[in-house]
Amino acid sequence: MNVQKTALYNYHKSLGAKFVSFAGYSMPIQYKEGIVKEHLSTRANAGFFDVSHMGQFFLEGDTSLTKALEKIIPADLNTLKLNHSKYSFLLNKDGGIIDDLIITRTQKGFSIILNASCKENDIKQISKFLDDTHKYFLKSDLSLIALQGPKAAEILEKLILGISNLKFMTGNNFTFEGTNLYITRSGYTGEDGFEISIPNNKVEKLIDLLIANKVKPVGLGARDTLRLEAGLCLYGHDLNEKINPVEANLKWAIAKKRKEEGGFNGWEKIKNLLTSGSQKIRVGILPEGKVIARENTKIFSPDNEEIGYVTSGTFGPSVNAPVAMGYVSPKFGEIGTIIKLEIRGKKYSGKVSKLPFYKKNYIK
Amino acid sequence: MSDKKYSKKHEWVSLEGEIATVGITKHATELLGDIVFVEVPEAGKTVEKENQAAVVESTKAASDVYSPITGEVIEGNKLIVDNPSSVNSDPEGTSWFFKIKIKDKNEFDLLMSKAEYEKYVEENPS
Repeated sequence: MNVQKTALYNYHKSLGAKFVSFAGYSMPIQYKEGIVKEHLSTRANAGFFDVSHMGQFFLEGDTSLTKALEKIIPADLNTLKLNHSKYSFLLNKDGGIIDDLIITRTQKGFSIILNASCKENDIKQISKFLDDTHKYFLKSDLSLIALQGPKAAEILEKLILGISNLKFMTGNNFTFEGTNLYITRSGYTGEDGFEISIPNNKVEKLIDLLIANKVKPVGLGARDTLRLEAGLCLYGHDLNEKINPVEANLKWAIAKKRKEEGGFNGWEKIKNLLTSGSQKIRVGILPEGKVIARENTKIFSPDNEEIGYVTSGTFGPSVNAPVAMGYVSPKFGEIGTIIKLEIRGKKYSGKVSKLPFYKKNYIK
Repeated sequence: MSDKKYSKKHEWVSLEGEIATVGITKHATELLGDIVFVEVPEAGKTVEKENQAAVVESTKAASDVYSPITGEVIEGNKLIVDNPSSVNSDPEGTSWFFKIKIKDKNEFDLLMSKAEYEKYVEENPS
């Protein structure tokens, strides 16, 4: 398969990006300043991220479309208001997570932001529930730019009038350089911010203006440290088809009405788990000292019983300590529980921590 | 006067008498990115030529540091363990990894000179 490039590929090159292959795309992992500085400047000021590899998927149809999507997505789509967004997932028949996503109600139906590595399969799985009256398409003529950080609103307001009135997890149409853009107030860093869907032929102009306003480019490396500090899951690592939302500690993302009424893939299984509890649960982990517990690190109880595994782990620049997430048997899931982490054959102490590691700063 | 040589795995060795100081090169730190964890060998441990002797982790990944020479560890640099980012700022100075008492000076002589290493890096940028 050919490596794909986003519309900003050459722009990234000119900014001194180091590239890495990710989900079939050549994407910047970092720029000249490096992951730690990119991370810290996002938290202190603002950073932009090219996330155009993610799928911008649009669905059109009447109420039958809502019903169809509710069979695979456990959000309350029926009452989701125009321009409002929800974090949710696609579920398989066993309640396993096919992908996690953000779904927004649009004039003609819904738009969904899908993970790059999953988008093709996602569309296949969703389309199983659709009929001839429903239209669906992935827009590859659009780029997606995340602008994140405490100064994001102040800076973007200078370029796009009215943007600072958007509430968190809502979106709207705005005009930029005579072109219509759809912008949502959302993100995946634990900071206030926006996701800007913009035609490929206008994206360089937007980036020029962001850079002129001292916004730094941020690569996938810092995107990972930011989201992990914010306690957010990365699909393919913290989530996969064999993990269900109860285990992933994401049962809050299943709408109350849907938990009661069901009618979606895996509901029976999930209903049982909601009453009886799951065999494992996703937790935050703080290793003691400076040692980093990376993905697949085995987790042990203080009496050396193997109780789980790490799914994401790195150094958290804002926490200024190593941070990790993983799955443990629920009796070890209480915050503060002492655990052991096996790293390079040696056992290091750590404890179960609350999530997020870094306090969110969203505008509600 | 100490003599300094380089390995293909991007370690530097500076030799004074039979005591070799080992660290990672500036080029290695540029490849690694921000260094956030370091593990150095304890005094008394024997390290073998081209075997793993220390660990360095960046925000991206964990990497092994190899000893370019066989010998017995005299000291691991605790300063870089406490302050891993100092390896980024002064990799070929104060931020050495370990000192060893070497067994065979031939191993040192076979390593690359500065000019040879620079050429090697140019031909093998990553």
